Amino acid sequence: MSVVATIARHAVRDAMRGGVLRGVTLVALGMVLAAPVAGRLSADQDLKVVKDLGLAAIHLAGLVVALSMGIRLIAREVARRSVDAVLAKPIRRHEFILGQYAGLLATLALALTLLATVLAATAWWVEDSGFTPAPAAAVDPALLKAVSLTFMQVALVAAVALCFSTFASPAVAAAATCGFYVVGHFGADLRRLDGVVDAPLATSLATGLSYVLPNLASFDVKAAVVHGEAVTAWHVVLTTGAGAAYILAFLVLAVTAFSRRDLT
Amino acid sequence: MPAVRLRALSKTFREGFWRSRIQLALDRVSLDVPRGAVLGYLGPNGAGKTTTLRLLMQLVHPTAGSAEILGRPIGDPAVRRRVGYLPEAARFYDSCTAEELLMYFGGLFGYTAAERRRRTALQLDRAGIGAERRRRLRTYSRGMLQRVGIAQALLNDPEVVFLDEPMTGLDPLGRRDVRNLMLALRNEGRTVLISSHVLSDAEAVCSHVAILNRGRLAAAGRIAELDLDVRGWELVVAGADESLLAACGTAERRVTRVADGRYVIDLPVEPTPERVVADLAQRGARIVSLNPKHETLEDYFLRRVDETAAEPSAAPRHD
Repeated sequence: MSVVATIARHAVRDAMRGGVLRGVTLVALGMVLAAPVAGRLSADQDLKVVKDLGLAAIHLAGLVVALSMGIRLIAREVARRSVDAVLAKPIRRHEFILGQYAGLLATLALALTLLATVLAATAWWVEDSGFTPAPAAAVDPALLKAVSLTFMQVALVAAVALCFSTFASPAVAAAATCGFYVVGHFGADLRRLDGVVDAPLATSLATGLSYVLPNLASFDVKAAVVHGEAVTAWHVVLTTGAGAAYILAFLVLAVTAFSRRDLT
Repeated sequence: MPAVRLRALSKTFREGFWRSRIQLALDRVSLDVPRGAVLGYLGPNGAGKTTTLRLLMQLVHPTAGSAEILGRPIGDPAVRRRVGYLPEAARFYDSCTAEELLMYFGGLFGYTAAERRRRTALQLDRAGIGAERRRRLRTYSRGMLQRVGIAQALLNDPEVVFLDEPMTGLDPLGRRDVRNLMLALRNEGRTVLISSHVLSDAEAVCSHVAILNRGRLAAAGRIAELDLDVRGWELVVAGADESLLAACGTAERRVTRVADGRYVIDLPVEPTPERVVADLAQRGARIVSLNPKHETLEDYFLRRVDETAAEPSAAPRHD
């Protein structure tokens, strides 16, 4: 097994035994399982409500896990000095970062797969039980597209959190990652800021940011999937490709920062 | 070729954000650690001991100078296959068992699963971790964690071992065990560098010492060859009695009767003992031995630290 895979496997085991992952996954599972109850309150829209709430729970759980674990992944290793013993072994610092990130990705993939499976089962049960009069595919491929893009988005957020955590404290890394997430969601609005605010410097900065940072809104196809609108394969491929490119860029930044850092 | 070679190794840290200060942690330290030596790297808190070890393990980057381990530059990851390192006060992973931790570290060396299992069992046995090896590390005492730390440092059967404050948190029994372990490493011909401020431990196991103070090397060498000050003389005589000793002017000295007619007499540095020895011999006493009494390593350490403290200070600078 390669060094990166060894570190990733250890990171997954460490995460599985931590309280954050279990807590967040349980809450999200509760939300997914409770969705049919909320669906019964709607006007014959049970399946839509189940899918809507379920996808929102998956998204939220993924974000919380990516953020909370991403910002602590390196900081915790440095604080408890376990990183000293790890880096004293014949490995390079970039292998350590890549292993930690791969472990976080695997953790996210496991959590999201579990939640998506439960969501699909719940949707199938709601459809099969005849609660919803409108014929709709409970387990349609679009659901998979929505979960896949959600995974790409949280993978990107995890890369950003990991990147900030290589040189900043957990609090600063959390604030910066949240800022990235908010700005990433309002890229289009930032580009239109010059029509709303009369501050050339601020609008130039906002426009510049909107072009540099990824458009996170394009990863969010939940509403389209719930309402049965088409999500093209091309959109999924393009968005996934853009996400992967940004992840690569943030990992390069993370590796560069961590390689230069004095671990005091 | 020495096992470890430092050449004018220096490290400064920048402190503060707005008005940053440069803190000199290590100041042009040059040192050779011969192969097979057990070197006590001694110094008060903040002397730069841990910084040196962290530089050698590439956890911090040198500001100037160079270092080699086993003839290879410290930046070469291959050299770490032949080195073991116990970090100071490492807490490792609370949720792991000792066995899982060593299996993980074995994976970082690229060992097969069978080889990892073999090495893990061997080193945990050696460190005295028994059935508790399958308990989570969060349930371990400080001393047990230190033993696990030592076990992971020896996992790769290293030629050079760096131990940063290995006695920290250990009770007397634990210290004895670790001391025995270090003696075993010495007997196996490994090069060991022990950072410590517990001088008695260093004196018991080390063949060499290097004393660091305020980032500077104050002294280094074999313990047997240090320029230890003579603090007095120990004279052993036989065939004497107390009246004879009194007649020779030794009554005011510390005299210990060790057997019938045999005495140990502590004499001061000055006057030199020739006159007393001649006097005793002339009065029929037999001189068994006369040995200088050197200062202890602790006395030597304190003297060297005081001497270097008097030198011009490497005070922090403002940018």
